Amino acid sequence: MKLQSNHLLRVFGICVLAFGQVQPARGQQKEVRVAAAADLKFAMGEVAAEFKKATGTEVSATFGSSGNFFSQLQNGAPFDVFFSADIDYPRKLESAGRTEPGTLYLYAVGRIVIWMPPDSQIDLQNLGWKALQDSSVQKIAIANPEHAPYGKAAVAALSKAGLYEEVKPKLVLGENISQAAQFVQSGNAQAGIVALSLAISPAMKAGKSWEIPADMHPPIEQAAIVMKDAKNKDQAKAFVEFIKSEPARKILQKYGFTVPAA
Amino acid sequence: METLLLSMRLALCVSAILLAIGMPIAYWLAYSRWRGKFLLEAVVALPLVLPPTVLGFYALVAMGPYGPLGKIWQALFGHGLAFTFGGLVIASVLYSFPFTVQPLVASFESVDQKLLDASAVLGASRTRTFRCVILPLSLPGVLTAVVLSFAHTLGEFGVVLMVGGNLAGVTRTVSIDIYDHVQSLEYAEANRTALVLLLISFAVLTVVYGCNRRVGRRVWMTWTGR
Repeated sequence: MKLQSNHLLRVFGICVLAFGQVQPARGQQKEVRVAAAADLKFAMGEVAAEFKKATGTEVSATFGSSGNFFSQLQNGAPFDVFFSADIDYPRKLESAGRTEPGTLYLYAVGRIVIWMPPDSQIDLQNLGWKALQDSSVQKIAIANPEHAPYGKAAVAALSKAGLYEEVKPKLVLGENISQAAQFVQSGNAQAGIVALSLAISPAMKAGKSWEIPADMHPPIEQAAIVMKDAKNKDQAKAFVEFIKSEPARKILQKYGFTVPAA
Repeated sequence: METLLLSMRLALCVSAILLAIGMPIAYWLAYSRWRGKFLLEAVVALPLVLPPTVLGFYALVAMGPYGPLGKIWQALFGHGLAFTFGGLVIASVLYSFPFTVQPLVASFESVDQKLLDASAVLGASRTRTFRCVILPLSLPGVLTAVVLSFAHTLGEFGVVLMVGGNLAGVTRTVSIDIYDHVQSLEYAEANRTALVLLLISFAVLTVVYGCNRRVGRRVWMTWTGR
């Protein structure tokens, strides 16, 4: 008696043999693996494309919150370069001896804005901070201040504006600044404090934004560093050098970052 | 496409490994009469109730450069275990463990004891009994176990997020990819990928449950003579 399960199990076995190598055949190509802060989502794509044009080397970026990457890198995550949104993390990695000496580079200073969806009825431009106190704003999205630099800055600015205790019950925390932006862009939160680089990106520029004055929070100093265990160390260093070049600086400035003097 | 192939590869590896190690454990659980059996049953069922973050956290610590698994791997292969495909396989095996073992146990237990007695009386060894009596009658259960662990691994997210590191081509599975797309506000891509995954999962499950139905009835008919 031919049981159908028998057939299927045989098919399964064949699939296993066909697909089941334990290590996928990747990672042998020359590429630079970058752990990048979520606010670089759009800027990094353009910079990587320029780098590829200039050198032919592929840049493979993973985006997330800087704090998470810091923990992962401490536990040996195989990234070549770390683009953090807070210079503190690369500095800590450097003192722990996990990085290439002399490769720390402050590539930009970030800014935060209050952002509201385009169909919001609130006059954000004129109200500024007061917009957050509007009764129609029930949820305000920020990045998690525990491990996301933009979240820390948001909380600092809210405290300086004297609003933190009042809006605290309305806060929803994104795992990183990208997720926070997604919460407000989708309309699930009526307002959000997001990175300027995300607010002026194509996906979000149709909305309303109000730049939070830079003196309301400690400067968001963003720094890159090459890891000691980088597989392609030369290319990794080349990529950090490329960030200092004119084309890369122009791209960063386009996304609202303040770049250091050349 | 790359992420989908990676997820499929992961699911196939994991269900194959689970079948290999799950069978002896399920056999023991089904036929052992040890009084402490309930403890092992609880351990097997743990991944069902633990949030993936707990499993992922412990897996990350164990596989890290200071954990037991990580140290052994480092000594054997010269590089870490976390953030590799191998690390994902190990974590997923733990996570999908009950999805293989429990259907197998149920299947083995449902084999009529009289048949096993008859087999013993006729002089068959335990392995022969397993191969010729228990296994053929448990094929639907084996299929269910394989499919459940396959589908469960395909849909895994929490553990992969904790232990994977989201490296393109190595640990960026479909579920992580969809999460990435949503975060980047790329809803069209997220939709496409999610739909593909939904259709594949649905297809796999319908084929299996459809075939299982026929098999179940036929086994019953031959066995009871009706």
